[in-house]
Amino acid sequence: MTHNPPKAFMKISGLRKRYGNVEVLKGIDLELEEGGFLVLVGPSGCGKSTLLNTIAGLEPISEGTITVDGHVINDLHPSMRDIAMVFQSYALYPNMTVGGNIAFGMEMRGVPKPEREKAIAAVSKTLQIEHLLGRKPSQLSGGQRQRVAMGRALVRDPKLFLFDEPLSNLDAKLRVDMRVEIKRLHATTGKTIIYVTHDQVEAMTLATKIAVLKDGEVQQIGTPYEIYNRPSNIFVADFMGSPAMNLLPATIVAATDGFALQMPHEQSSVALAIPAGIASSKLQSGQQVILGIRPEAVTDKDGADRNSNAIVTINGRVELVEPAGSDTFVIAQIGGKQITSRMRADAMVRRGETVPFAFNLEKAVLFDPANQRRM
Amino acid sequence: MSAAPIQQVAVRTSPVVRALIYTLLIVAATYYLLPLYVMVVNSLKPLDEIRQGQMMNLPQTWTLDPWRSAWSTAQIGVSPTGLLPYFMNSFLMVVPSVILATSFGALNGYVLTKWRFRGDNYVFGLILFSCFIPFQIVIIPMATLLGFLGLSGTIAGLILVHTIYGLGFTTMFFRNFYAAFPTELVRSAMVDGAGFFQIFFRILLPLSAPIIIVTVIWQFTNVWNDFLFGASFSDFDSFPMTVALNNLVNSSTGVKEYNVHFAGAILAALPTLIVYVVSGRYFVRGLMAGAVKG
Repeated sequence: MTHNPPKAFMKISGLRKRYGNVEVLKGIDLELEEGGFLVLVGPSGCGKSTLLNTIAGLEPISEGTITVDGHVINDLHPSMRDIAMVFQSYALYPNMTVGGNIAFGMEMRGVPKPEREKAIAAVSKTLQIEHLLGRKPSQLSGGQRQRVAMGRALVRDPKLFLFDEPLSNLDAKLRVDMRVEIKRLHATTGKTIIYVTHDQVEAMTLATKIAVLKDGEVQQIGTPYEIYNRPSNIFVADFMGSPAMNLLPATIVAATDGFALQMPHEQSSVALAIPAGIASSKLQSGQQVILGIRPEAVTDKDGADRNSNAIVTINGRVELVEPAGSDTFVIAQIGGKQITSRMRADAMVRRGETVPFAFNLEKAVLFDPANQRRM
Repeated sequence: MSAAPIQQVAVRTSPVVRALIYTLLIVAATYYLLPLYVMVVNSLKPLDEIRQGQMMNLPQTWTLDPWRSAWSTAQIGVSPTGLLPYFMNSFLMVVPSVILATSFGALNGYVLTKWRFRGDNYVFGLILFSCFIPFQIVIIPMATLLGFLGLSGTIAGLILVHTIYGLGFTTMFFRNFYAAFPTELVRSAMVDGAGFFQIFFRILLPLSAPIIIVTVIWQFTNVWNDFLFGASFSDFDSFPMTVALNNLVNSSTGVKEYNVHFAGAILAALPTLIVYVVSGRYFVRGLMAGAVKG
């Protein structure tokens, strides 16, 4: 085989971090290619910020190695790691002007003044903050502070950018704008970025690679597509996606052409085909499984995917209708559980009605309730 | 670092209650200002008028002679020097001990909050403990130490004593202030390549004005007003103002020049008064910042 996978630019192996007896990172293995955008996502307390801090060198690690561009950087001081970091609070120095903030890193590294000024001019132009250079951080709006914080990172032109929940202090609209901005910045500069967030939308939209963390362990690493469509376990399935994936308990039963899924529904039960890609050799009759299906794969009949070969229609009673403008989310009782369905905005559905829900089983996955993993 | 606005409680009070409150406040204020009035008034009278026993009256003949005498000619101990040389002694003692105690306190606070190490809280506890040791306990060991260092009876010795004694409080002030100081700023500066002292001087200190003012006022007032250490560890040529004032008032020879004594006492109190008037509002603000956020 002469095939060479892209060489890992940043590599973490067997990383552990303990505070006394408490282990907060339990053996992290990660790789990122040059120019990649890795998003570390997970609920609070999952260790994602700690992991970022260990990469930055702000927290020492207990075990393992961190390699960037072929160099082990475990024991290097943060300033020697050739990284730049954008903090959640932006961490702009309140006593310095915007220009002073951006220049501080270069100043500390002894970059001569004319060069510093040239770099500041270039970066402030990219970020459109030229008119703010003389102001103090306290005179800036949230979005402007965010830009300055990014400018301070960009101007250093480091090997690796670290972002620690940079958008969490912005209001909803600005957050979306800045998200686009960050993505554009990544596309134009081609820099390698590691980004921490608890917001799964940010993770999906920005990443070339997502690592989902929980309790100090990586649950799954993959492209946003893989994470979303082929979640490796129930946690990932539930965490990624909004509204969350529907998780319905079901039983495997023998059918004419192999197996089928049986779900209790109202007084009787309904049968569904086994989702695609699951070998029947792994199944046995009577086995308990959990059917995972995204809200957008449960639609009204007209909205169902016409190319799908596995549409099953189940009637359900509508409990709630949530119009979201672009779509309408319909919440109903099916299979003894509350499920969320994503319908067209103009779907004529009212609370209390019984309507058909089209399940696209091509988009469904099965989980083993015993070990929580995808089958 | 902006302090939360003080809550305004709008209570509608009747004019009667309001008048009562103001009367009470005015009475209390008068009571507190009375000693100052007596001192000022009598320092501006010739001694004869005081002897007549009318302490509360305004002077019939106004004179500044008692002030001149207290400042430059009054008999202190054995020499007729006035308070001037001792005033200078006090300044020579106060300024370095304020600068040293504040600087080291700031450095201690910085290390105890931003460069934490194993057992740092115990170290802080021990430093705090020094705030609660009564002065009298350390006098003899301190005298021994000063003798050992060859600093007995010198201003340098007093500076050392006051710096050490001030450290407990200044460390506490700065530690509590820096505990609320955003650590991300320090981390950001670390990533930017700033070292230990660069972070301290470029990031923390410029943002420490409120607590520096608190510490300076605190330390200045304490050291300036100290009598015990001054009386214990100084010599004729290194007496601070407070000890000299005592010697002026308690001199056993000649007549008691009350007007001169009053003038001397006001002179001795003036620097701390000025410091407080000039920066008092920062003092309250700084203390509050530490209290709420620390």
